[in-house]
Amino acid sequence: MEWEAVIGLEIHAQLSTNSKIFSGASTAFGAEPNTQACAVDLALPGTLPVFNEEALRSAVKFGLAIDAEIGRKSVFDRKNYFYPDLPKGYQTSQLFYPIVGVGHVDITMDDGTTKRVGVTRAHLEEDAGKSLHDEFPGMTGIDLNRAGTPLLEIVSEPDIRSAKEAVAYVRKIHAIVTSLGICDGNMAEGSFRCDCNVSIRPKGQEEFGTRTETKNINSFRFIERAIEGEIERQIDLLEDGGRVVQETRLYDANKNETRSMRSKEEANDYRYFPCPDLLPIIIDDDYIDVIRNDLPELPDARKARFMDDYGLSDYDAMVLSGERNLAQYFETVAKASDDAKLAANWVMGELSKMLNQNDTEIVNSPVSADQLGGMLVRIKDDTISGKIAKQVFEVMWHEGGTADQIIEAKGLKQVTDTGAIEGIVDEVIAKADKQVEQYKAAEPEKRGKMLGFFMGQVMKATGGKANPGAVNGILKKKLDALCD
Amino acid sequence: MALDRSDVEKIAHLARLQIDEQEIPQYTENLSSILDLVNQMQAVDTSDIEPMANSHDAVQRLRADEVTEQNNREKLQSIAPAAEAGLFQVPKVIE
Repeated sequence: MEWEAVIGLEIHAQLSTNSKIFSGASTAFGAEPNTQACAVDLALPGTLPVFNEEALRSAVKFGLAIDAEIGRKSVFDRKNYFYPDLPKGYQTSQLFYPIVGVGHVDITMDDGTTKRVGVTRAHLEEDAGKSLHDEFPGMTGIDLNRAGTPLLEIVSEPDIRSAKEAVAYVRKIHAIVTSLGICDGNMAEGSFRCDCNVSIRPKGQEEFGTRTETKNINSFRFIERAIEGEIERQIDLLEDGGRVVQETRLYDANKNETRSMRSKEEANDYRYFPCPDLLPIIIDDDYIDVIRNDLPELPDARKARFMDDYGLSDYDAMVLSGERNLAQYFETVAKASDDAKLAANWVMGELSKMLNQNDTEIVNSPVSADQLGGMLVRIKDDTISGKIAKQVFEVMWHEGGTADQIIEAKGLKQVTDTGAIEGIVDEVIAKADKQVEQYKAAEPEKRGKMLGFFMGQVMKATGGKANPGAVNGILKKKLDALCD
Repeated sequence: MALDRSDVEKIAHLARLQIDEQEIPQYTENLSSILDLVNQMQAVDTSDIEPMANSHDAVQRLRADEVTEQNNREKLQSIAPAAEAGLFQVPKVIE
């Protein structure tokens, strides 16, 4: 039977506010446990929440960016459950009147097709603390630094049909929140995480199958793998005559599989009700217009600009425009080198490769955009070849320095002096009788291919520093002269 | 609307309340009568009335996004039943 997956995603984006959503405690990452948890976060008796205006503004920005209805009136509700890292016994969230209503994003797949994915809603809520189960025998340690950190939960429609579409959607949302500057998007630190609702049904069937929810996946690659694995697991189950149980699952990156979490008892009985400690949030058109007029450039607009201004291909523009930091880096390199295509190739090629290999975010790249731009200038003016540039880049990455300093210190300057190249070419030809004979014996139209051997020898003799164009020309001239 | 014994047990469990077996019939009756009262109010036509999220006719005030709280861990943990290495300690919640 042919199966179809139905996927809906819930993304939690941590808002980049200085203080918490309902208290004046800091949200900075990595502090000593419980040093950023105040009386409000600990739910001590007599404390009351006061809503953070920046959290509201951030949510409205997101709503405008996905062309959504903004809730002129939104209300906080209490979602009740007991867990030690939730001191109040409820999470303050928004169920009935979320700040952001129905919106949408367009995703582009690798083959260039686009698809619109609906966003059901996005609402504000507070994060819980952290439980540490393994450090103390028989006890659980609780760190409440994260308790009360503002989150925007973004809920998609079940419009997604494959793991690849899911990743494209998550990347798009990631690009939007980072471009807006409302979330740092750091998945490793948990600032941006994703719950995946997955079900399958026979292709053509209207009705949805039973879904599972895989929680807190924190990398794009893991999202794709977790969903693929979960689809496969469900198909196997159904084809073996079993049935899918509605449950929460955890993705184990080491084993690359999802497994059932101990089911939260009465998991769906949260008994939501409006939070009596918080009043309705009312915003008017003026408030929204001020934010709308101040929105930064969004990924779609940036992509169009990259294609227009820099002449980038659709694919290159999409890759480079997505993340704000990457886009800024690219633009700096493009301006410094005055060659957008070369800049695009290096940023998407060598630089991205090194960042991936070293698991480094672009903002922490050891090679700055100015450094890279400076090196591209030296490729363009023929000081170094593209091949030597890779060596320069390696040195830059590991040891720092400008391209000029490295080229000078390592003696990598390209030999463009025709006289010097001619001398080396003569030596190479003199030592390669056999290949010269073959060259002479070959049909003239096949000789071009045979230059490769001689090129290689000249490059070897010059340590790769000879200008390839010049070498080619001289070789051809000298060899063809021998054939006459 | 009448609740039965299992409803009361479930509500008590959700609220993490330990209740006396013998008192369950009493709770069942009391809670049922609250629901009866709600049912009685359901008879009122509220179709023209906007739902109210709060009994105060007021709007949420906003706070500037500033860090105003300092580290008070020592004081706050001095009133906790158990704390170690900066962490609040609770009985293990996962096997």
